[in-house]
Amino acid sequence: MRNVLSKKIVDIEPSGIRKFFDVVSEMPGAISLGVGEPDFDTPYVVREEGIYALEQGKTYYTANAGLKELREEISIYLNRKYGLYYESDKEIVVTVGGSEGIDLALRCMINPGDEVLIPQPCFVSYAPCAIMADATPVYINLKEENEFKLTKEELAASITDKTKILMLAYPSNPTGAIMTKEELEELVPIIIEHDLYVISDEIYSELTYDNKHCSIASLLGMKERTIVINGFSKSFAMTGWRLGYACGPKNIMEQILKLHQFAIMCAPTNSQFAAVEALRNCDDDVDKMVEAYNQRRRFLIHQLKEIGIECFEPYGAFYIFPSIKKFGMSSEEFANRLLQEQKLAVIPGTAFGACGEGFVRISYAYSIENLKVGLDRIKKFIESI
Amino acid sequence: MREKILSLLEKNSRIDIKDVAVMLGVSEVEVANEIAAMEKENIICGYNTIIDWSKTGDEKVIALIEVKVTPQRGLGFDKIAERLYQYDEVTSVYLMSGGFDFTVIVEDKTMKAVAQFVADKLSPLETVLSTSTHFVLKKYKDYGTVLGSTHKDERILITP
Repeated sequence: MRNVLSKKIVDIEPSGIRKFFDVVSEMPGAISLGVGEPDFDTPYVVREEGIYALEQGKTYYTANAGLKELREEISIYLNRKYGLYYESDKEIVVTVGGSEGIDLALRCMINPGDEVLIPQPCFVSYAPCAIMADATPVYINLKEENEFKLTKEELAASITDKTKILMLAYPSNPTGAIMTKEELEELVPIIIEHDLYVISDEIYSELTYDNKHCSIASLLGMKERTIVINGFSKSFAMTGWRLGYACGPKNIMEQILKLHQFAIMCAPTNSQFAAVEALRNCDDDVDKMVEAYNQRRRFLIHQLKEIGIECFEPYGAFYIFPSIKKFGMSSEEFANRLLQEQKLAVIPGTAFGACGEGFVRISYAYSIENLKVGLDRIKKFIESI
Repeated sequence: MREKILSLLEKNSRIDIKDVAVMLGVSEVEVANEIAAMEKENIICGYNTIIDWSKTGDEKVIALIEVKVTPQRGLGFDKIAERLYQYDEVTSVYLMSGGFDFTVIVEDKTMKAVAQFVADKLSPLETVLSTSTHFVLKKYKDYGTVLGSTHKDERILITP
């Protein structure tokens, strides 16, 4: 019998998170500080709008690019929040989560052998998506002493004549790092000089705790070479609705739309109607969630410090990424022992790239009460080693 | 700062001041001082506990009474309210807009006791024109808290 599987797909390493998940789910009574999604429910007005859409029988396909009404709201939202200008009918495609946008953007811009720069540690899907698009991923190892921001030196040193795309993802999962306008501006001349394109995954854009988020596409000369990926999952606690969007120059979006139309048809209609409400009327809900995350963030950093785990202060997303090097264990060993001995799951930094070695990701998408239980277990673990 | 302290206390009046300080990124002394000041200024008027009495053995009847009054010369709404809220069984008094003047919430052991309160105490007041008593059958949500519900975390334990 012939080999039925695609060699390209089989050769892709399975996600390190998946591996760890299997271990965690075998462990009865385990609790977790390992989730990558909000603990809040979607604001009720949004859920209700979804219910109403169902009641009204709005169960048909929408336009491939997404409901016109939603694209118009996205355009207004991106403008009022980040000063971005995208035409609702030519430059915005509504996708199934941000993840689809990342996949499509890469597939639409890559020719075999093109190099994609992927600063790590980063979200798990960038490298596999790049490989599936026949690109060669080139990793940039971000450094803790730079608070995991991408510096112009690191960028310049990784560019070859094959480099085409830079994956940029701030606020960052897993490090919680952000990049300010000034820091992003440092990168722009290099990007333009080498005629690079940027896929900017800004899914955590609303979850920042010091500066407001700056989109690299808002900087001079960058809009025409950037695909902005964003969505509803994190800002509006809408992960299960599977709704995101991609915005960029017309010529690229045209191809993205074509691929989206063949692969997906359209994003879930029900979710799209609900999302219109989220963009129109949920600023207060988002503010409340951001304040709660910020309180937990301060709490977690402070309590970890008390038990001897230092961490640079992250200003975005809902993760902290402390170093565990001083305990003389690898990330995986630390996470595995913490799970075996205290039944607490945190994610080994290596799940986000080899340079995550020596770190773990701890999520604060949990109530203070749950964080306390988790912290208590970390404390006991550290005292026992 | 005050607003943030208050919204934390409103959700959990037993919250540790140390935690509040860490969560807001200020010193413990600062938080303690603000709370003391707000207690003094009657911004914080008390610390109550939300109890689902239906789960205890205690009998308890709650009635919401709509009261119409005629304010008399030299005796405005505030004075009337004062007469209403002095009774121990009265737990809340609100001045209302619309078809009646006051909402008076009364708690007592039995329906009979509440009826007696209305007949003997409330109605005979010379300013009270009429009352309309509504008994609470079941409480679902009180002070922003859904009674009896515990939110279960159903998220997958590990996600990217």
